[in-house]
Amino acid sequence: MSVSVRIPTILRTYTGGDSEVSATGANLAEVLDDLDARFPGVKGRILDEDGKLRRFVNVYVGNDDVRFQDDLLTPTPDGTEISVIPAVAGGS
Amino acid sequence: MSAVVTEVDRQVDTPASGPREGAFGNAVALACRECGHQVALGPFYACPECFGPLEITYEFPAITREEIEAGPRNIWRYKALLPVPTDIESSPNTEPGFTRLLRADNLGRELGIENLWVKDDSTNPTNSFKDRVVACALSAARELDAKVFACPSTGNPATAVAAAGARAGIKTVVFIPSNLEQPKQVNSAIFTENLVAVEGNYDDVNKLASEIAGEEEGWAFVNVNVRPYYAEGSKTLGYEIAEQLGWRIPDQVVIPVASGSQLTKVDKAFQELIKLGLVEDKPYRIFGAQAEGCGPVATAFKNGTDAIRPVKPDTIAKSLAIGNPADGIYVLDITRRTGGAVEEVTDDEIREGIVLLARTEGIFTETAGGTTVAVTKKLVETGVLDPTKETVVINTGHGLKTLDAVSGQVGAAATIAPTYSAFKATGL
Repeated sequence: MSVSVRIPTILRTYTGGDSEVSATGANLAEVLDDLDARFPGVKGRILDEDGKLRRFVNVYVGNDDVRFQDDLLTPTPDGTEISVIPAVAGGS
Repeated sequence: MSAVVTEVDRQVDTPASGPREGAFGNAVALACRECGHQVALGPFYACPECFGPLEITYEFPAITREEIEAGPRNIWRYKALLPVPTDIESSPNTEPGFTRLLRADNLGRELGIENLWVKDDSTNPTNSFKDRVVACALSAARELDAKVFACPSTGNPATAVAAAGARAGIKTVVFIPSNLEQPKQVNSAIFTENLVAVEGNYDDVNKLASEIAGEEEGWAFVNVNVRPYYAEGSKTLGYEIAEQLGWRIPDQVVIPVASGSQLTKVDKAFQELIKLGLVEDKPYRIFGAQAEGCGPVATAFKNGTDAIRPVKPDTIAKSLAIGNPADGIYVLDITRRTGGAVEEVTDDEIREGIVLLARTEGIFTETAGGTTVAVTKKLVETGVLDPTKETVVINTGHGLKTLDAVSGQVGAAATIAPTYSAFKATGL
């Protein structure tokens, strides 16, 4: 299943400057694996040493934060838009 | 007097061309709070190594009380401690800060606190503390040659950005949730023709703003890509409290928690004043105030954990309704380190807090201030806050911004005929 992934500025060194790339996978974990195969190292920037989402990264599948869904097991149907965004924005 | 020197002991990532010399005053770099990685001063907010929040580091020269006291009666009296140029006063801005610190004996009697003060930030130019942070963000936007001054917001930041941008003559665009109450939209739209209503809640608006900041050149989102500069503005609350108390740090401070940034910056301000020798080094306790409908930091504090579980906000305290607070982990660190606490209260208690402050001190606070007053009351009742110690409560905004929160609580005591007998019948 093909999905699109929006890449934040600080990870575009991995994608040759591309702000949006395509990937495949039935869920977020598989999508990240696919991304890492093509852009080695990028997964390690999004996940910590324990394989969990880093504290200051928000990942949205569609418009929903995966922390409110099934985290890395959140399904990524064909055509889904995924956004990886630094979590330090907002607020006071 | 010893100067505070933050060592830049790592390789700093430096862009090819940068802002003018002295653009950010005594600031020297941006450093990640998580891993320590440093990057050059610029429109950056997330660590390229670990996504952690970037924070301004400084090399302060010796600074005296007299130098500060000789400055203007606004936040620029502390310009040497902020990431702004020495000529900051010469560029049009809203000149916020140096708001009143009021002795609150009536409220103190009600709460059982012997020595209570209210730092009243509702008297800022657009009636909330956000004018402080936005003024620092505006300076950064100028120095970075931004063409658009913007923010995602549910109210106070949008108003502060729109007003500051109008005064500075820079294009502003503010993004709000489309279901935001009409009066709040007017508060911002009066200052800008570029109010964009986004279909979704605040988190959706925030996500969109982050994406725009990553794509569009020349946009300075105050609480996204210039957030490190913006956040430093909250330090001025701490500086002012200490200066207005006669260059003394209070024993206890109660501060509302949304993202948690303000609380962390008040602590940073106290630490800087101590290190610069401007105040005596003494213990102080910092308390955080949240609403039960959005209390992820209070929950983590009570559970004794470091993990903050995001929540979907459901509270009348809209300006505190950040379900995934970016600085929550640091709020936990600071409140635990200083012997403070993070407490939460119900919406009813928040309404009661608003009315209590109004009827004891003549200060009409918004829901965030109601939260802070209500939490202070609860902390006294539960024996957590020491009522014999000097305590400062921060009021971050004006009640006229959230009239709807208490419009059902207060009103006419009686409706009478225009006769003296009818008046006498009221018993007033």
